[in-house]
Amino acid sequence: MKIVIVGDGKVGVTLTAQLSREGHDVVIIDNNPQVLRESVDQYDVLGILGNGASLQAQKEAGVESADLLIAATSADEVNLLCCILARKLGTPHTIARVRSPEYTEQLRLLRSELGLSMTINPERTAAMEILSLLRFPAALRRDTFAKGRVEIIVLKILPGSILEGMLLNEMVHVTKVRVLVCAVERGSEVIIPTGDFRLNTGDKIYVTAATSSLVELVRRLGIIEHKIRMVALIGGSRISQHLARELLADGVTVKIVEIDSARCKMLADMLPRAQIIHADGTQPEVFASENLARADALVTLTNIDEENMVLSMYGSHLGIPKVITKINRVEYDEVFRAMGIDSIVSPKNLVCSDIVRYVRAMQNTSENAVVTLHRIVNDKVEALEFLAGEDTRHLGVPLRDIRLFPGILIACINRGGQVIIPGGNDTINAGDTVIVVTTADRMYHNLNAIFA
Amino acid sequence: MNYRMIASIVGRILCVEALFLVPAVLVSIYYGENSAMRALLLSALFTFAAGLGCMAIPPKTRGYYAREGFVIVALGWIIISFFGALPFYLSGEIPSFVDCLFETVSGFTTTGASILSDPQDLSRGLLYWRSFTHWLGGMGVLVFLLAVDTLGARRGQRGSGQSMHLLRAESPGPDVGKLVPKMHRTAKILYGIYIGMTLLQMLLLRAGGMAVFDTVTTAFGTAGTGGFGLYADSFAGYSPYLQWVVTIFMALFGVNFGIYYLLLTRDMRSVLHNEELRLYLGIMLLSTFAIAWNVRPMYASLGETLRHCAFQVSSVMTTTGFSTVDFALWPEFSRTVLLVLMVLGACAGSTGGGIKMIRLLLLGKGLRSELGRIISPRLVRTTHLGGKPVGEDTMRGVYAFMSTYVAITVASLLLVSLSGYDTETTLSAVFACLNNIGPGLGQVGPASSYALFSAPIKLLLCLDMLFGRLEIFPLLMIFLPSTWRRNS
Repeated sequence: MKIVIVGDGKVGVTLTAQLSREGHDVVIIDNNPQVLRESVDQYDVLGILGNGASLQAQKEAGVESADLLIAATSADEVNLLCCILARKLGTPHTIARVRSPEYTEQLRLLRSELGLSMTINPERTAAMEILSLLRFPAALRRDTFAKGRVEIIVLKILPGSILEGMLLNEMVHVTKVRVLVCAVERGSEVIIPTGDFRLNTGDKIYVTAATSSLVELVRRLGIIEHKIRMVALIGGSRISQHLARELLADGVTVKIVEIDSARCKMLADMLPRAQIIHADGTQPEVFASENLARADALVTLTNIDEENMVLSMYGSHLGIPKVITKINRVEYDEVFRAMGIDSIVSPKNLVCSDIVRYVRAMQNTSENAVVTLHRIVNDKVEALEFLAGEDTRHLGVPLRDIRLFPGILIACINRGGQVIIPGGNDTINAGDTVIVVTTADRMYHNLNAIFA
Repeated sequence: MNYRMIASIVGRILCVEALFLVPAVLVSIYYGENSAMRALLLSALFTFAAGLGCMAIPPKTRGYYAREGFVIVALGWIIISFFGALPFYLSGEIPSFVDCLFETVSGFTTTGASILSDPQDLSRGLLYWRSFTHWLGGMGVLVFLLAVDTLGARRGQRGSGQSMHLLRAESPGPDVGKLVPKMHRTAKILYGIYIGMTLLQMLLLRAGGMAVFDTVTTAFGTAGTGGFGLYADSFAGYSPYLQWVVTIFMALFGVNFGIYYLLLTRDMRSVLHNEELRLYLGIMLLSTFAIAWNVRPMYASLGETLRHCAFQVSSVMTTTGFSTVDFALWPEFSRTVLLVLMVLGACAGSTGGGIKMIRLLLLGKGLRSELGRIISPRLVRTTHLGGKPVGEDTMRGVYAFMSTYVAITVASLLLVSLSGYDTETTLSAVFACLNNIGPGLGQVGPASSYALFSAPIKLLLCLDMLFGRLEIFPLLMIFLPSTWRRNS
C-alpha cells in the first residue's frame, strides 16, 4: 500500500519505521533536509523535500495514487490542510494529528466535514492510558480489548507473592477466576508460556482476564490495592491538562507542578479545581515542601525523558506506591526496566499502534480483520484482536485440534458479551472476537493467517 | 566496520557473476569451442565456490552504513574483475594475466579499451562474455543484487534503508535517489527499462540483417555504453541503417534512466523541462554539426558526413567507444572536440561515464553565483536546478569530485608519460580510461589497441577505469587508512 507521511518528527519517524518494515511504500514529506536524509538512509522510503500542505510537494509525492496520507507535523492547522488537499487529490484515507485541546470538542465535526478517516492526539491518548493505569494501579500496563470487556494486564511478581515458584497450570486454584498468562517477561527475554511454565520472582506476567474479574483476581493474589486519592503531576504539559481534567472528574485531588509561570496561569484558568504549583519539580525541596511524597501516585510528564526518569526513581525511593513515567525514547526500554521504571507511557508509540492497526485493517477488507492491536513489550510481542467471520477456518473445531504457528496463543474469545478464557475444548464461532498474542516477528493481517 | 557483512554481500556478488557466466558457457557449447567452454565452466564453478565461501561467514550483525557501502562497492568491483578475467586466462587465449585483467576491468567499467589488435582471434564464448561484462557493468551488479535480494534486511522484512548506501556508491551522479519508495522495486524498474531497451535494440539490429551473435554483443556493448567491438575496425563494416540504430541507442543509453521512468508515468512536463537532458542533447547536436563542418571535405555526401559525425559524437559523448571511421585521422579541431566530449561524458543515472552533464550544469551555475558574490559581496544567491534549490552539500560534493578528478588525471598523466609516447597518445589514453570511453587518439586510436603499454601502466589504467566507473570516492575510500582503522 502506498502511504504518504507528512512531517518527519517523533511520530512521523516511528510510523515510518513501522510501516516501511511492514512492507508498505512510504513517502515522507518534510521541509528539513537533514532529518529527511537520515530517514532515507535508515529506512527503505522515499523522501520529498517541501511543505506537505503545498500542492507541488503533494503531487511530487504522488498523493493522487496514495492509499493513505498521515499528517503529523507540529501544527494542527497544517495537518488539516494537508488532509483536505489530499482528499481533493483523491487519497481515500487521511489521518491528521490534531492535538490542541481547544479543537478536541469539534473533532467529530471536523472528521465528518473534512472527510478525515481518523484524528490522532498523542497527548490525549497518553493521558487516557495513564488514567486507566491510575484506576487500576496494581497493573504496570493495561491493554483493553473487546470494547473494554477483556484486558491484558501486566503484574510483577514481587518477593513473597503466592505466585512465586508456581506452575501456570496451578494458578487457577489460587485465583479462582479464569485467567490466562499469555506472556512472561523475564530479564530481557519474552516467553509465550505453556502450562508447565514455572514463575519466578521478578517475572512480569501478562494476564488476560475479563475486566469484571480483575478486582477479584488482584484480591486473590494478595496484592494490596492503594486507592488513588491524590495524584502529583510533574510538568504542566498537554498530557497533564487532559489527565487532570479526567482525574478531577473522578474526584481525585490533583497537584500539578509546573516551572513556567505563564503556563501555570493558563492551567489555573482551565482547571480551577486542580492545585497548580509554580515551582521547579525537579528539586527535592519542592517534593518536601509540597508534600508530594504523600501522594498516592506520581506521574512525571516533563518534556525531558531524563528528568522524568530521575524523578520517577526519586518518587519510588520516597515510597510513592504508583509511579508512571512518560518517555519518548523507548529505544532504551531495556535500560529503563533494569532501573526499575516499570510503568512507562510513550505518546508516540501509542498513536503509532493506533495507526498501524488502522492500516492493517485497511489492507484487509474481509470480515476477519484486525480490530485492535496492542504492542506489548516494546515490539517484541503483539496482542491482536480479530473478528471471526464466516470465512474463518476451523470454525467450531475444539482448540486442542487446531494447529497454530509457533509463538502464537489464543488468549481470549469473546462471544456476544461473554468472555471465554479458552481451554482445549473451546471453539471459535462466527461472530466471535478472538484475542491472539504473538511474538511480533511476523505480521498477521487476518485471523486465518495464524493457523499453521 | 562490519567485515562479515561485507564478505557476505561480496559473496552474493560473486554468485551472481557465476550465474551470468553460465550463458557464456552455453554459447561456447553452441559454437563447439571446447577449450573456451572448459575455461568458462571452470571459472563459473570457481567463482561460485568463492562466492559460497564468502557467504558461509555468518554476519554477527546485519547493519552496514556509508563506510561499509563504499567498501562493498569498491571491493566488489575489484573482485568481480579478477574472477571475470579467469576465463580469458584459463583458456590461454590471452596469455598475460594483466592483459586479461585489463580486458575485464575495461569490460565491467564499460570502457571498451582493448589490448587485442583483432578481437576475431578470440573464441565466440569469450567474445560473448567480454561483451556481457559491459551489460552487467553498465547498470551495476549491486543494483542487480538489490533487485533480487534484500541484502541484510531480516527475512520477510524489507524495511531497511541501508541498501541506499550501496545504490549511492554504485550509481553515477552527484545526488542519487530512488524512483519509488522501495529499493528493490527501484532496482527492478531500472533493470526492467534496461532490459527492455536492450531487447528493442536487438530487435532493430536483427531487422537490419545483422547476424544473431553480432546483434547480441552489439546490444550489450551499446546498452552498457561499453564499446567492445567484434572486429578490428569496430563498426565500419556494418550498413548505414545499423550504424544509425546504434547511434540513436548509444545516445538513449546516455540519458538518465529516471527520465524513462518519467516517460512511463507519462510525466511529459518534467521530461521536457529537464535541464540536464536539454544540455546533453544540445551539446550532442552542436558537436555533431561542428565536426561535420570541419570534416566535410573527407566524405563524399552530406548524409555520409552526418552519419559518421553523429556516430562518433554519440559514441564518445556517451563514453561508449564504438567507431565507424578512424577518428584519430580527423583534423585537429574535430579531435579536440572529441577530447572535450570524452571528459564531459553522459548524464547522471545513465550507463555512461565522464564528469556527467549534471555536474557541468551545477558547476556552471555554482561559478556564476560565486562570480556574483565577488562583484557584490553582500549578494545572497542559491543555485537552482529545475526550479529547486540545490543543497550546499550537493554543491560541495561536486566541487570535491572535480578537484579529485583533476588530481587523478594529473597523476595518471605523469605516470603514463613515463612510457614515452607522444602527448596526444598519453593524454587520450588517460582520458579514455578515466572516462570509460575506450579508444583514444594517436597510437591508442580506434584502429589500434592498448597492447603497447607495459604491465604496470596497464594496471594503472585499470585503476583509472574503476575510478571513472565508481566516480572516484568509493575506490579512493579503500586506499584511506582511516577507513580500515578499527576505532575511527
